[in-house]
Amino acid sequence: MREQAKPLEAVTGAFLARYAQQPGDCDARAEAAELFRAGGLPSVREEAWHYTTLRPLADAVFAAPRADAALLVSQLPNIEAPRVVFVDGRFNAALSHPPSGLSVRTGEPAWGTLARPETEKLVALNTMLAEDGAAIELADGVDGGTLMLASLATGGAFHPRHAIRLGRGARLTLIEVNLGSGAYFNNPVFSIEIGEDATLTHLRIQQEAQAAFHLSTLYAEVGARGTYDSFLLTLGGRLARMEVHTRLAGEKATAHLNAAQLLGGNQHADFTTEVTHDAPATVSRQTVKNVLTGHSRGVFQGKIAVSRIAQKTDGYQMNQALLLSPDAEIDSKPELEIYADDVKCSHGATVGELDSDQLFYLRSRGVPEAEARSLLVRAFLNEALDPIAHEAAREAMEGMIAAWWEGRKA
Amino acid sequence: MLEIKGLTATVEGKAILNGIDLVVPDGEVHALMGPNGSGKSTLSYVLSGREGYEVTGGTATINGRDLLALTPEQRAAAGLFLAFQYPVELPGVGNANFLRTALNAIRRSRGEEELNAVQFLKLARAELKQLSMADDMLKRNVNVGFSGGEKKRNEVLQMAILRPKLAILDETDSGLDIDALKIVADGVNALRAPDFSALVITHYQRLLDYIVPDRVHVLVHGRIVRSGGPELAQELEATGYAAVTAEAA
Repeated sequence: MREQAKPLEAVTGAFLARYAQQPGDCDARAEAAELFRAGGLPSVREEAWHYTTLRPLADAVFAAPRADAALLVSQLPNIEAPRVVFVDGRFNAALSHPPSGLSVRTGEPAWGTLARPETEKLVALNTMLAEDGAAIELADGVDGGTLMLASLATGGAFHPRHAIRLGRGARLTLIEVNLGSGAYFNNPVFSIEIGEDATLTHLRIQQEAQAAFHLSTLYAEVGARGTYDSFLLTLGGRLARMEVHTRLAGEKATAHLNAAQLLGGNQHADFTTEVTHDAPATVSRQTVKNVLTGHSRGVFQGKIAVSRIAQKTDGYQMNQALLLSPDAEIDSKPELEIYADDVKCSHGATVGELDSDQLFYLRSRGVPEAEARSLLVRAFLNEALDPIAHEAAREAMEGMIAAWWEGRKA
Repeated sequence: MLEIKGLTATVEGKAILNGIDLVVPDGEVHALMGPNGSGKSTLSYVLSGREGYEVTGGTATINGRDLLALTPEQRAAAGLFLAFQYPVELPGVGNANFLRTALNAIRRSRGEEELNAVQFLKLARAELKQLSMADDMLKRNVNVGFSGGEKKRNEVLQMAILRPKLAILDETDSGLDIDALKIVADGVNALRAPDFSALVITHYQRLLDYIVPDRVHVLVHGRIVRSGGPELAQELEATGYAAVTAEAA
C-alpha cells in the first residue's frame, strides 16, 4: 500500500511546489492550498472515487506547452457562433470571436459562488492554482444565442475556473469543447447559476488527446422554472472524470444530464452526477450511454437526493452500456436518497452486447455486417442524442461519433 | 429458381431437417405447409443463413448459386428475401433510414447507383400507397410499437422495395385480420413476375385463398411428405395434418 501511495504524493507535492512559486493573491487560494496540503488528491479509498484511480497521474509526464496550439483551432466543430478560446488554460484573444449582447470577462479566474473546495479535492487544487477562466453573464431576459467555449491544449497542467450566470428568463446555448494533442492535465471547475425561468443548454464535447487527463467539476444551481439542459459527449482522454453537482433550488426547476461515453484502448472515463431536488415539483432526467471497446472502462455514478420539502419530485436515471469487447468494463452506481414522501424516482441500468437478432435482421436485408454494427451502435446512442435541439451541434457530434467508429474499426 | 436437394440441418445437435428436396421454378409461388415443429421456420432460417443452424448435408442453390456458402447479406444480394415470422424491432433506427440502407447495400452489390434521400422517398411512398400504409410509417423506428399487422405489412413493404428474386414468407399471415391479410396478399401478388418466385410458409389454408400457389408441399418431421396442386391445401384444411403425419410415421 505504501508503495502505491507514494507516487501520488509526489504529484501532490509538485502541485504544492507550483503554488509556492505564485504570489498569494487572495485568502480563498490560501485556504484551498491548506485543504489540498492536508487532503491531497482523491483516492480510491474514498467512496466517491471507488471506481476511478488517479494513480496513472504519477507516471504521466506533462511536457511544456508547444507553440503550435493555434493549429488546433481548425479541429473545432464547424458551428457558426462567437467563441471564447483558451489555449493551454489561458485566454487567447487572437483565436476568439467575442459575442455581443452578453458579457464575457477573461484574464483571471471566474470564481463564481458554488464551488466547494472543502468537499471536492480537485476543486481545492483548482482554487489553489487557477489562473484564468471565463465569467459569462446574461442579464434578465437576454437571449444569448449560441456561444462556444473552447479549450485547446498541447501540454502542462492547468486549472480553468469558469462562472456562468443567467439572469431571470435569460437563455444561452453553451458549446464547450475540449481538445488537444500531447500529454497534459486539464482540471476545470464551473460555477453555473441559472435564474428563474432561464434556460442554459450546455453541450459538452470532451475530445482531449489520447494521453491527456481531464478532470472536470461542475456546480449548477437552477431557480424556479429554470432549466439546466446538458449533454456530454466523451470521446477523448486517457483518464477522464466529469463530475456534476446540480441543485434544483426553485419550484419546477429542471435538469437534464445526458451523456454518451465512447471509449477504446485503455481509456477510462467516469461520469459522476449528483442531483439535489431542493424545491417542490422539480424534475431531473439522466440518460447515459456507454459504448466500450478494447480494454476501456466506463463509470457512471448517479446520485439523486430529494430533500424533505421537494414533494412531487420527478427523477429518472438510466445508464446503459454496450460492451463491444470482452475486455471492456462498465461500473454503474445509482444512488437514491429521498426525504420527501410524495416523489417519483426511478433508475435503471443495462449492460449488453449488440443484439444478434437485430444484426441478423439487418444482414438478411443485405446490409453488410460492419455497416449493420455501425447502424446499431448509432441507434443505441440516439436516445441520448435525439433531444439535442441545436442542429449544427448535433450534426457535429454525430460526425465525431462516426469518425470515432471508423477509427475503432481500423 | 430455388433448388434444394437432400438438405439436412440440426439445431443444438438436434436433427430438424431430415433430407428436404424442393424446387421452386422462376415465376412460381409454392406453399409450404405442415404442423407445428415440422421444420418450416428452420428451413427459412437455414436458407437465409441465421447463426445456430448447422447444415449437415445436402445443397441449396438460387439460380445455380450455392446459397449455403454465402453470408446472410450475400444471400440477400443474390436475390433472397425472408419475411420474418417475428419481425425484429430496431429501436433508434428510423424505418426510412433502414430501408434506404438496405436498398442501397443491395444496389451496390448489383453495381447499381445508390439512391439519394429524395429518390428513395419517391419510391417508398409509391410502395406504401400500394400497401395502404400511412407515410408516417417511414418516420417511425423499425417495428417499434407496430401492431402485429403493421409489422407484417412492413415486411411486405421491405420486400416490395428490395425486389428479391426469391421471397420466403414465414407465416406472414399469422396475427393478421382479414383486411390486413388481403393487403399483404395483394402486395405479394403485385410482385408476381416471370423472374420472381416465392415460398409461402403457412399453417393455414386461408392465406392461399388470396395468394394462389402453383404447388403445395407438406412438411412433416423435416421432410416433404406430399406435394400437389392448390387443391392439396383445401384437402389439408378439411382433414387436418393428422392423416399426413400418420402416413409419414
